[in-house]
Amino acid sequence: MAGVFSLILKRIGSAALILFLVSLIVFAISSLLPGDAASEMLGQSATPEAVAALRAQLGLNEPAHLRYLHWLVGLLTGNPGHSLANNMPVAALIAGRLPKSLILAAFAAGVSAPMAVSLGIAAAVKPGSALDRALSLTALSMVAVPEFLVATLGVLAFAVKLQWLPSITLIPEHPTIWQFVRGYILPVMTLSFVVTAQMARMTRAAVIDQLRQPYSEMARLKGLGPARVVIAHALPNAAGPIANAVALSLSYLLGGAIIVETIFNYPGVASLMVDAVTSRDMPLLQTCAMIFCAGYLLLVLAADICAILANPRLRRG
Amino acid sequence: MDGAPPFTRRQTLAAAGLLAVSGVGLASCDQRSPTPAPKGTIMEGGGPPRRGGRVRVACLASSTADTLDPAKGGLSTDYVRHYMVYSGLTQFDERLRPQLGLAESIESADRTTWTIRLRKGVEFHDGSSLSADDVVFSLLRHKDPAVGSKVKTVADQIAEARATGPLEVEVRLTGPNADLPSILATSHFLIVKRDADFRHGNGCGPFRCSVFSPGVRTIVTRNPNYWKAGRPYLDEVELVGIPDEVSRVNALLSGDVQLINSVNPRSTRRIEATGRHGLLETHSGLYTDLIMRLDRLPTGRPEFTQAMKLLFDRELIRKALFRGHATVANDQPLPPSHPYYFPGLPQRPYDPEQARFLLKRGGLLDVRLPVYASPAAEGSVDMASILQEAAAAVGLRLAVNRVPSDGYWSNHWMKHPLTFGNSNPRPTADLMFSLFFKSDAPWNESGWKDPRFDQLLLAARGEADEAKRRQMYADMQVMVHNSAGVAIPVFIGSLDGFDKRLRGLRSIPIGGLMGYSFAEHVWWEA
Repeated sequence: MAGVFSLILKRIGSAALILFLVSLIVFAISSLLPGDAASEMLGQSATPEAVAALRAQLGLNEPAHLRYLHWLVGLLTGNPGHSLANNMPVAALIAGRLPKSLILAAFAAGVSAPMAVSLGIAAAVKPGSALDRALSLTALSMVAVPEFLVATLGVLAFAVKLQWLPSITLIPEHPTIWQFVRGYILPVMTLSFVVTAQMARMTRAAVIDQLRQPYSEMARLKGLGPARVVIAHALPNAAGPIANAVALSLSYLLGGAIIVETIFNYPGVASLMVDAVTSRDMPLLQTCAMIFCAGYLLLVLAADICAILANPRLRRG
Repeated sequence: MDGAPPFTRRQTLAAAGLLAVSGVGLASCDQRSPTPAPKGTIMEGGGPPRRGGRVRVACLASSTADTLDPAKGGLSTDYVRHYMVYSGLTQFDERLRPQLGLAESIESADRTTWTIRLRKGVEFHDGSSLSADDVVFSLLRHKDPAVGSKVKTVADQIAEARATGPLEVEVRLTGPNADLPSILATSHFLIVKRDADFRHGNGCGPFRCSVFSPGVRTIVTRNPNYWKAGRPYLDEVELVGIPDEVSRVNALLSGDVQLINSVNPRSTRRIEATGRHGLLETHSGLYTDLIMRLDRLPTGRPEFTQAMKLLFDRELIRKALFRGHATVANDQPLPPSHPYYFPGLPQRPYDPEQARFLLKRGGLLDVRLPVYASPAAEGSVDMASILQEAAAAVGLRLAVNRVPSDGYWSNHWMKHPLTFGNSNPRPTADLMFSLFFKSDAPWNESGWKDPRFDQLLLAARGEADEAKRRQMYADMQVMVHNSAGVAIPVFIGSLDGFDKRLRGLRSIPIGGLMGYSFAEHVWWEA
């Protein structure tokens, strides 16, 4: 178990460094964008004097490095500042959106991960069989279809034609369970469509790889059934790569759901970040970037821990 | 405007008095016929308005920059929200004439000093009474640069505003302007509570703001103490933004929302096919124009600007780009629906031969020029392509540079010799000309300078004789048409899609959704 703890400690240290570097890079790159919050806010009506006045009011006249330092100090003390676009606390804006993104990601993960892993294993048991080929074909075509197409077709069929499901996800303040579930079916379906296929392919590859190892052959020679070989012997060793594949797909669910958020008008963090870029809202943009980065690091760490716990050889290390 | 309280003799007199002094009709008698349905709007089944119901409305854009501060409103969602929560001193009718709102009378003898008397007994949503101080605060805050008001340049015309009684405000302008009642009807000048903090949207409007979540939704509930007796009809309105046009139309067709704005002409067939949904076209003064900087070459050459104006196939743009939901324009900014539109100005034709002749005479035939277009200026990318082809046919080589919306206004608009611009309808001819064509206007897009135009503009503001004023605006339209460096091919119609159970929608040609103020006029016929 000591291995796990030292790994966690090391990861936390490197995560802090990575987050710092990412915040620097995001700040540097976003300051290369043309215009700033003041000129974007005024848009077409940006006269030089109006921009200057607004810039002064928003504190944009400070040198860039000072603005960065203020933000960093604020973040470390738990106050990521105020949004430049609407003067609301960044923390409040994110508090309204992050749970929504997490719920969507959790639902999509809850649907897709078990499905993907079982499909992947089923396909791996007999590589080249009819089942395997059918599953592979389906998975590859699912990966190939862009999610905006899946979403649009889903909306046209289930919302516009059949009117079973809403076309946009507007969950009221106090939803009933049915409203809640109805609202999520289409977005979750769309997201699952893409990530399931990816995860299933990776799982299949990992399991097949293990089944080709001598120890699997030994197990089969001992006379164990295919189910036993896969579940008791191959799977624990394949757990590492599978967990990594799942973690990568899940991190995509958090930050990469922008297309699904746009089509279903779902108020998640990804669209909040896009808003922040267009309105040059640096405090908000930086904080969103930190959240995505931290989420990603956390998922990768979780995947590594899973791999260690599942594999006795690594556990001892 | 049916259902408004009966006008007292005093109000009518006040209105008539205004009519006499300024020529601006603040009369109120013609607005009380039940639910007028002017042509061009869709009304099915009569029936009196009924109370109750809730509707969900989806606008084009909504982001974290959404605001409850009328001064900062920049998008249709903001205007709609502000008209639901706040009331103005005046409000527009279907012919874009200002009618009295919170003001009981607006009078001026010289069009420079105005006396505004407020309606008695109007309450803000928090229960406090509307007073002259609130109005003074609401008007003067636009002048403070720190507020970041979108109409600061307009408000700078207000030299002074002070309370001369508990319900009386005197406004002194820097110079005469007969259009003050119209200016006061725009959403930015809606009346807010003195020292308001804009977190809850405390106004005197038809609805109270119950949920405001920027970029997500606004929910408003009926204000039972609204100053117009019997209004509004709806119990609740939920306003959301759906930026993606296809999603917006899908939401309407699937019944998730009952009203949407900014429908792409390509979607009209889908909406009409259901039989349960209708379209409302508003012929406003929205346009996308080609800007030729007169202080640069070769765009500053008169032969060039004339030739470019002749190279626009306006009919093709109207039909192919906007599927007929546009009106051919004539290189001047007032649409045919405008009270001061000058019908005597001959329509400039599509004439490539004449354009070639002009370009040849100017020695401009082998010039290669980039033209900047962007989705930020509606339709400009397609217009640029059409123009490019017409120009190529006469030997002028245009390269279309399509640039992203993001940052277009600050980095490209007016910054190159040839760019596209886009202008929202403004309520008055004066605003349109002052903002976009006056020599020293910040958005004088082409850098056109004509002292005679500036003199006319100032004179028209103070002109008491209506016929003379009309002639002045006609002259200005001719001047812009002939010599300014902008080509305005069409006025773009604004399309709203609605569920036919939503009744009472008409068009107020300042913008879609009844000039953004549909909420207090419509009812739900379940």
